[in-house]
Amino acid sequence: MTVLNSKIPAGPLAEKWSKHKAAIKVVSPANKRKLDIIVVGTGLAGGSAAASLAEMGYNVKAFCYQDSGRRAHSIAAQGGINAAKNYQNDNDSIYRLFYDTIKGGDYRAREANVYRLAEVSGDIIDQCVAQGVPFAREYGGTLSNRSFGGVLVSRTFYARGQTGQQLLLGCYASMNRMIGQGKIEMHERNEMLDIVTVDGKARGIITRNLVTGEVERHGAHAVVIASGGYGNVFFLSTNAMGCNGGAAWQAYKNGAFFGNPCFVQIHPTCIPVHGEQQSKLTLMSESLRNDGRVWVPKKKEDAIKLQEGKMGPNDIADEDRDFYLERRYPSYGNLVPRDVASRAAKERCDAGFGVNAEGKAVYLDFKYSIERLGQDVIEARYGNLFQMYEKITDVDPYNEPMQIYPAIHYSMGGTWVDYNLMTTVPGLYAIGEANFSDHGGNRLGASALMQGLADGYFVLPYTIGDYLADEIQTPRIDVNHPEFDKKEKAVNERLQKLFNVKGNKSVDSFHKRLGNIMWDYVGMARNEEGLKFAIAEIAKIKEDFYNDVRIPGDFDAMNIELEKAGRVADFLELGDLMARDALNRNESCGGHYREESVTEEGEAKRDDENFTYVSAWEYKGENQEPVLHKEELVFEEVKLTQRSYK
Amino acid sequence: MSSFLSSSIGKKLIMSLSGLFLVLFLLVHLILNSFLMFDSTGELFNAGAHFMAMPVIRFGLQPVLFGGFIVHIIYAIILTLQNQKARPQKYASQNLGNSSTWSSRNMFVLGGLVLVFIVMHLMHFFVPMQITGEVPMKMVDGVEIHDGAALVKALFTTGTFGIVYTCIYVVGAILLGLHLAHGFWSSFQSIGMSNNIWRARLERAGYIYAIFIAGGFTIIPLYLHFFA
Amino acid sequence: MADKIIKNLTIKVWRQKNAKTAGKFETYKINDISGGTSFLEMLDILNEQLINDGQEPIAFDHDCREGICGMCSLFINGRAHGPDDDITTCQLHMRKFKEGETITIEPWRAGAFPVIKDLIVDRTAFEKVLQAGGYISVNTGGVPDGNAIPISQDDAEEAMDAAACIGCGACVATCKNSSAMLFVSAKVSHLAKLPQGRVEASRRAKNMVAKMDELGFGNCTNTGACEVECPKGISIANIARLNREFLAAKIKD
Repeated sequence: MTVLNSKIPAGPLAEKWSKHKAAIKVVSPANKRKLDIIVVGTGLAGGSAAASLAEMGYNVKAFCYQDSGRRAHSIAAQGGINAAKNYQNDNDSIYRLFYDTIKGGDYRAREANVYRLAEVSGDIIDQCVAQGVPFAREYGGTLSNRSFGGVLVSRTFYARGQTGQQLLLGCYASMNRMIGQGKIEMHERNEMLDIVTVDGKARGIITRNLVTGEVERHGAHAVVIASGGYGNVFFLSTNAMGCNGGAAWQAYKNGAFFGNPCFVQIHPTCIPVHGEQQSKLTLMSESLRNDGRVWVPKKKEDAIKLQEGKMGPNDIADEDRDFYLERRYPSYGNLVPRDVASRAAKERCDAGFGVNAEGKAVYLDFKYSIERLGQDVIEARYGNLFQMYEKITDVDPYNEPMQIYPAIHYSMGGTWVDYNLMTTVPGLYAIGEANFSDHGGNRLGASALMQGLADGYFVLPYTIGDYLADEIQTPRIDVNHPEFDKKEKAVNERLQKLFNVKGNKSVDSFHKRLGNIMWDYVGMARNEEGLKFAIAEIAKIKEDFYNDVRIPGDFDAMNIELEKAGRVADFLELGDLMARDALNRNESCGGHYREESVTEEGEAKRDDENFTYVSAWEYKGENQEPVLHKEELVFEEVKLTQRSYK
Repeated sequence: MSSFLSSSIGKKLIMSLSGLFLVLFLLVHLILNSFLMFDSTGELFNAGAHFMAMPVIRFGLQPVLFGGFIVHIIYAIILTLQNQKARPQKYASQNLGNSSTWSSRNMFVLGGLVLVFIVMHLMHFFVPMQITGEVPMKMVDGVEIHDGAALVKALFTTGTFGIVYTCIYVVGAILLGLHLAHGFWSSFQSIGMSNNIWRARLERAGYIYAIFIAGGFTIIPLYLHFFA
Repeated sequence: MADKIIKNLTIKVWRQKNAKTAGKFETYKINDISGGTSFLEMLDILNEQLINDGQEPIAFDHDCREGICGMCSLFINGRAHGPDDDITTCQLHMRKFKEGETITIEPWRAGAFPVIKDLIVDRTAFEKVLQAGGYISVNTGGVPDGNAIPISQDDAEEAMDAAACIGCGACVATCKNSSAMLFVSAKVSHLAKLPQGRVEASRRAKNMVAKMDELGFGNCTNTGACEVECPKGISIANIARLNREFLAAKIKD
C-alpha cells in the first residue's frame, strides 16, 4: 500500500475542481492578516502566487536569487501561452486542451490536474490582459492566436517572441504593488538552502544572503516552493545560469517525495553547441516551426560536404532536401510535439546527416514562408528571434536556414504534490515547474506559462486556505525555535565542508563532467547499461568533488563560487536520482526514451501495463538508497492509446 | 505646485519654456540686426533700436527677457549640479561619440560660453545705449536719437580690434548655433511635444533654425567688417 | 564556417571587494578565444584561469544568457553592453574584438547603483520606482474577458515596444547624467497606451517620477544616448510621453 494520497476529488472530471473548491476550507480576512507564507522563487508560478496571496491578505515573504524578481527564467519563454478560449472558432474547448495535454504528456499526468489546468486557462488570459500584458492583437482589437506543436487548433496567445517576459512583468507588477503596500516582503539575492519543519510541518526556511554571505532564518505558516526546474543538471541547457534544483532538492531531503525525476524535456529548436567553451544553449522559439520547415540533405555526400564547410544549404536543391518531419509525420508535419521532433533530429544526425561541423544540427528553413508570405510578415512574427540568432551565430536567417539541435529545456518531473499542490510534508507546497506537475512525460509548447500561472493565480491561493484554516491559532513562527538552530547549523556545516575542501579544480569543471555524463547516458536516449554506468560515474564525480573542489574568496561575503558549489552538490545527487528513475522506468514515454522499448518503426513504445504510475522517490538519508513509491494513474475519461502524430 | 517645480520634469519644463522664449527673442534680435545690412545709412536700424528703447518695452518686456535669461541660467546650474552628483564615480573610459551628439552632451559648457559672449556683447552695446548713454547722437526729423548703427559699425571696423571683435562675434554665433542645435528640439521633447514622427521633424527644424540664427549672426559682423 | 581565434587579449577589469572598500583596475591576459565565444563565456574562461591560479574570480551579474533577463550589466570599452548595437552583454560575441586588443570592463556607474562587488551593482532603485506605481491596480480574479475591451493593434504594438524593457540599467549607465528617464518612461508608456492602464495613469506618472527623483538619478537632458545603447531599442519618444503624462497630471492638481 502506498503512502501517497493524491486527494483527487471524486465525481465527474468536469466537476471535480468546482466541487473541491466548494468543499475546502476558507480563511477569514481577519485571520489571513495573521498568517505568513514564504514563497521561494519569483517566476510565473511564484510571482503570481505571491501577488495573489498578498492581495488576499496573507503576509508574504518572497525570495529569489537574482537581483530582482523580474529576472526569473520564466522571462525567457518566447512563444506563448495556451488557453482554451476558442476565440478562433476552431472548435477548441476545455476538453480539447485537456485531451491534447494528456496525450502530449504521453498519458503520464493526472487527469484531474490537467482538466483543472485547462479549466482555469481562460481566466489566466483575462487576468493578464487586465494587468496590461500587451498581447498581440488583430486589427479589430481582439486578441490574436498562433498555433503550436502537438495540437490542431490555434490557442496560443503571445506577445511577440517575448510572451514569458510580458507575463512575468505582469505578475511582477502585481507583486510590486503588494510590496509597495507592505504585504510582500521581498528578499532579492537570497537563496534558500534548507527547510525547517517543526512537528512535521513546514515552518520556515534557511537562506543565504548572497550579498553579505549571512545565513538567515525565516519563519512562516506555510512554505511554497516555486523555484523552477533542474535542467541545469546537464550543465548545458536552455535554463538560466543560476537555475537550480536546490529548493526542490532540500524539500526532498526534508521528506517531500520527488516525482518522475527522469522526465526532462529536450527542446528541438535550440542553437547547436559550438566548440568547448560554451556555457549555455539558446532556445529558438518553437513557434518558428509554424513557418519554418525542418530538413537535412537526402544525400549523404551532401551532408558530408556541409559538415566540411564545402557547401552551403542554399546549394542544395529542393528535391535533394529531406523534410523528415513532414515525411514521417504527414498530419502534424513540422508541428509534432517536442519529444518527437527532438528524437527525429537526433535520428537523422546519428545516421550521419547532420549539417554542421560536429554533425549535430539540422536546418530550420524560412525560405518557403518568405516566398509565400513575404519577408515583412516573417519579420513581424519572428523579428526579435531572427535578430537573436544572427547575433549569436553571425548568420542571417532570412537568407540562410537556421541550424538547430535539441537541448535540455524543461523538467516535467519535480516535487510530488497532491491535488492541493501540497507535497508530502504538511504545509510545504510546490508549484510551477518545481512540481512534477501536469505535463506527464512531455510538455506541450506554451503550456509551461499556463501551468505556472494557473498554479499561482487560481489554484494555490484556494487550496492553501484548506491547510491554513487549521493554522489560525498558530502564532507567528518563532525563528529562535531549536529546529531553526539545528537547520542553520546544518547549512553552515554543509557550506563550510565545501569551502574547506580547498582542492584544485573549479566548481564548473565538476559541473561540466556531470553534464557530459547526463547528456550522454541520461539524455535523449537511455538504456540500462548506460544508466548503470551513469550512476557509478556520478558517484565518482561526487567523490572527486568533495575531495578536490576549490572555492576561492571569503566564506562570509559575496562568493559566487560558493553559491555554485552548493548548487552543483545538489545536482550531483539529483543526477543520481534521475538516472535511478530512468533505470526503473523501462518504457519509452514522452521525453524519456528507453532504447529497450521501441516499436518496429523506431517510435517510442509505452508500457501502460507496467508503468502507468508516477514514480515518487523518498529520501532515506545520506548515501542510502531512495525508496520508490508509486502513484497509480487512473484514467477515467481518456482511453490510453499509442501516441501517433502521423 | 511646489512639488511640481522641484521635480526633475518640472525643472526641465522651466528650462524648456525659458529656452523657447529666448529662441523667440533671438529671432526678433536677428531681424532687428539685419536692418544693418539692408540700410547702409543705419536709419532703419536706429529706428528699430529706438522702438526697442520705448518705455513700454524697456521697462515692460526687458525685465521679462532678463528674467528669462536668469531663470534659464539658474536652472541650468541646478540641473547640472544634480547631474554631476548622480554619478559620483566617473568611468575610466566612456565612449559616447556614437550614441549622442557633441552639442547635446555639452549644453552647459556651450551655454556658459554663450553667456560670456552675451556679457561682452551687453558691455559693447546695451550698457552704452541704454544705461550710460555714451553713444554717438544723430538728428533724425528734428529729434536727436542714439546712432546705434554707428556704434555697431565702429566696433567691427575700428583698427585691429575690428578684426578681433568680428572673430569673437562669429565664434559667439557659432556657439549659439550649437546650443540651439540641441536646445530647440530638446525643449519640445521636455514639454512632451514629441513622438516618433515629430521627433525627426523637430530635430530638422532645430538644425535649420540653429543654422539660420548662427548664420545670420555670423554674416552681420562679417558684412559690417568688410563692407561697411 | 570556422570561427577566428583571437590569440591574445588583455582584460582590464574593475575589482572591488565590497561596497565599503575602494576598487581599482586589474589587468589580466587571456589567450586563444574563439570568435564564436560570447563575452561572458570569455569571462568564464578567465575566471577558470583565475581559480586555477588561486585567485578570486571576477564577480559579474548574469543569468539567462539569452538577452532577456536583464541581469548582465557590463560597461565594456566605454559602452554599456559593449561594442555592438541592440544587444545585452551576454549576446556580445568575441568576434567583435580585435587581435591583441585591450578590453576595459567597468561596472555600471551611477550614484543610484552602488557597486556590490567587482562588476556587480545594486539596481534595487529600479524596483523601488516600479513599486511606486509601475502596475495596474487589479487583484487576481474578477476581471473582464480578455476580449471585452478592444485595443487597436497600433496601441498594443506601441505598448509592447515600451514593455520590452528588460530593466538592465544600460540607459542609466550610458546617460551622462545617470538619468533613469528611459526606464521610467518605458513603464509609464507601456501602461498609458492601454485602456486598462489609463485609469490610474496620472497617479502612476506622478508617483514614479517622485520616487525616481528621490533616489538620486540625474535629470534627462535629451542627449538620446540611452536609446542608442538600450539593448531593446526603447525609444525616447517614451520620455516625451512621460513628460506629457506628468505635466498633464500635475496641471490637474
